[in-house]
Amino acid sequence: MQWFLANLPQVLSLTGSHLVQAVVPLALSVVIAIPLAQLARLNKALGAFILSAGSLLYTIPSLALFVILPGLLGTKILDFTNIIVALTIYAVALLVRSTLDALNSVDDGIRQAATAMGFKPVQRFLAVDLPLSVPVLFAGLRVISVSNISLVTVGALLGIPSLGFFFTDGLQRNFPTEIVVGIVGTLVLAVVMDALLVLLQRLLTPWLHTPKLAGVPA
Amino acid sequence: MSLPATSYSATNPFGQGLQWLQDGANWQGAMGIPQRVAEHLGYSGLVLLISLAIAVPIGLYVGHTGRGRVVVVSLSGVLRALPTLGIMTLFALMATSTLSLMPAVWALVLLAVPPILTGTYAGISAVEPEIVDSARSMGMTEWQVLFGVEVPNGLAVMLGGLRSAVLQVVATVAVVAFISLGGLGRFIIDGLAVQDYGQVLGGAVVIAALAIVIDGLLALLQRVAVSPGLHEAGHVPADTPTAIAETATTGGKP
Repeated sequence: MQWFLANLPQVLSLTGSHLVQAVVPLALSVVIAIPLAQLARLNKALGAFILSAGSLLYTIPSLALFVILPGLLGTKILDFTNIIVALTIYAVALLVRSTLDALNSVDDGIRQAATAMGFKPVQRFLAVDLPLSVPVLFAGLRVISVSNISLVTVGALLGIPSLGFFFTDGLQRNFPTEIVVGIVGTLVLAVVMDALLVLLQRLLTPWLHTPKLAGVPA
Repeated sequence: MSLPATSYSATNPFGQGLQWLQDGANWQGAMGIPQRVAEHLGYSGLVLLISLAIAVPIGLYVGHTGRGRVVVVSLSGVLRALPTLGIMTLFALMATSTLSLMPAVWALVLLAVPPILTGTYAGISAVEPEIVDSARSMGMTEWQVLFGVEVPNGLAVMLGGLRSAVLQVVATVAVVAFISLGGLGRFIIDGLAVQDYGQVLGGAVVIAALAIVIDGLLALLQRVAVSPGLHEAGHVPADTPTAIAETATTGGKP
């Protein structure tokens, strides 16, 4: 505890870099995965390709991808970008699948009703299909968020700053307290992010949380 | 202690990686690629044996009886959020002898247990209750119900959990090189230490290839092991419990 308080500025700054490396991929993956999933829904052959490419990329171990990417992107090995791109790849691979499931589970009757009410395809996608997919989408996002936050620490092996620095540094200095601070920090970050995602999901799906009316099943 | 340095004529990292892979010296001896692959697979196998021995019985019990479900789900969630690198370094420091294998193995067991446990539990509990009830009413004992009905029906999901555990373990064993053990991670860690980018990339490519091959084999196993009677139903619709259980067991990438 004393060590934690004495080193608070460092803990906070590493938490900051950690958060950037974990959250940016999360946001990017949503922006990339939703159009890909819709594309996969409309074109079965393309969809099969996207899904298998995704699971192939997902299979590549993180440490390997972290060091392969600098060669491909022309970045320095210590660059944040490598971690962000790697985690975005994993996140998109996972999210495309769950978004596709989510879009497929939207009732066709609802789609037809929306079309009958005069919704144009794009408008319908944004106003009907997508909002109804939010719960499944967020289930995927929560899984990704937890695994991202833990994966970011692996970057410390390459010297990229994150809470993982406390693991490598603690090992070298033979100082368990430092490692424990790193572990607890990572867990706290994961829990806080998860709570924020749950909150965001509630805000995005108000119809799931309206007060129950008598006789209407929730 | 490392391999004799490969002399590169290529200047770009990928050319160097390719040359490193083609250098015969890297394919022999106690620090060569085959030996490192064997170590990598050895660690992974040990971790998976221990994890299976812990997670499968608990998963079967929880799935069959429905007891302790909340405990399993929340425990797996917590374990999943633990950064394996941190646990590994902590265990390594707490261990009495340095250079011992077991601290890293236990850290990896913590990583492999959640997917196997949730996969087993989800696979068993996703079997339709009507099927289980009719097995009981035919006079099957609880053990017969479990191994004759629930396990074969839930096998696809159970193996899905195993597959995701294997994938995570094989990927994360690469990290044990950091606490001075062997395995394919050595090439990355050693290469980085001496800025031999060819070795780093070559090692990374071998790890990636190993993971892809193993995942392919497991996908095949999943297809062969699942009873042909279950294939006839065709693709599982997205909103069935099985599909949801599958989504729940994937993820948690190392």
